[in-house]
Amino acid sequence: MSAPTGITRVTLLKDLRLEWRSKDAINSMLFFSLLVVVVFSFSFDPSAEESRQIAGGLIWVAFLFAAVVALNQTWAREIRNQVLDAYRVSPAPANSLFIAKTLGNFIFVTVLEALMTPLFIVFYRLRALGPVWQLLLVASLGTWALVVNGTFFAAMSLRTRSREIMLPLLLFPISIPAILAMVQSTTAILNGEGAHFWIVLLATYDVVFTTMCLLLFETVLNAE
Amino acid sequence: MKKAFPILGVLTAILLSYALYMALIGAPTEQTMGDVQRIFYYHVPSAWTAFILFFVNFGASVVYLIKRKPAADIVALVSAEVGVVFCTVVLITGPIWARPVWGIWWTWDMRLTSTLVLWLIYVSYLFLRRFSSGGQTPTLAAALAVLGALCVPFVYFSIWFFRTQHPQPVMGGGGSIDPRMLHALLINWLAFSCFAFLVCWSRYRLEKLQRDVDQAHALESLLDPHRSVP
Repeated sequence: MSAPTGITRVTLLKDLRLEWRSKDAINSMLFFSLLVVVVFSFSFDPSAEESRQIAGGLIWVAFLFAAVVALNQTWAREIRNQVLDAYRVSPAPANSLFIAKTLGNFIFVTVLEALMTPLFIVFYRLRALGPVWQLLLVASLGTWALVVNGTFFAAMSLRTRSREIMLPLLLFPISIPAILAMVQSTTAILNGEGAHFWIVLLATYDVVFTTMCLLLFETVLNAE
Repeated sequence: MKKAFPILGVLTAILLSYALYMALIGAPTEQTMGDVQRIFYYHVPSAWTAFILFFVNFGASVVYLIKRKPAADIVALVSAEVGVVFCTVVLITGPIWARPVWGIWWTWDMRLTSTLVLWLIYVSYLFLRRFSSGGQTPTLAAALAVLGALCVPFVYFSIWFFRTQHPQPVMGGGGSIDPRMLHALLINWLAFSCFAFLVCWSRYRLEKLQRDVDQAHALESLLDPHRSVP
């Protein structure tokens, strides 16, 4: 195994082990999205047939806000004891760290989605009229779009004052096309309509932004 | 260079007054909409100017990432600031026009939504500049500017899927326009661009001066650590 992938693997396994023992991120995300589900149920009748039209938006808003909770914690650990500074002076490539952190967040948010989706189905009486495999595709593409930008902007907001506030301020405007695509495709699939345009758009967004984040991450990490 | 500034200022003032005359009196009144349509001479030129400034911001940010010249960073900063102001003008004049013509202040149509999203992206850019401190700000801001500019085509494509209610663009939209109206529009655009350039220039000088002063203070406190920095 070459050195960069080795570093990615070690960092990822370390993060997963830490999360497995503390369960900080996943617990706070779960509770947070549960709160969103409950609060939303006050603003409209969740079991009405018309609610199907807004279910896509609802699910993704809950996941988006919950993901920010996890993303904000991404780099917090590395700040303590100057781990990040040590990483910067080491010859290890910056992108190995970035990929590890992104994969870690991807796994956390995917676990969250897997645990929350049954709850959504029960609470909002959801049932997909379209193909379910497309929903899985949209979920993984959409989650990747959120975490790849989120990890990048979390590293960026780390360098600012009031960093917890800064992340959503940076992440949400840039993610609007991706959020729109996720919401529209999910709603289309739930209602049994075609979602090909949105899926292609989401995939292109993922490719472009992953490439750009990889190109720019080292610059951001080493900005002085 | 210093002499050119007041000359450009006078030129801009003349252009702006002529443009105002053209917009309010020179251009013919539109048949169906009436005088409300005249806001178009402010709305469209502001939009073009804002788009140009955002493009300048992108270019300057790329130059900064490659060459690390502080001047490029200042250009990026001032073009984003002035661009956001012009974009705000677009977003305010639009509803003023839409209320009597469409009967609604706002609609979530393609151009309105994408302009709003564009505005949000560049406001977040200004937020980042405000909240980060020290020498890392230019680099972080340039990275965000590049990502933000890349986001623009996605914004347009994604929102393109909503049916558009906005009038077709004047240029290349297939619509016809009275030559006098076009003249008024172009004059206004020229005047607005000159004005934007003037504001950017003055802001550039201010920012440069501010940085020089900060640097001098830092140097002074380094050389003489016992003196308190004002």
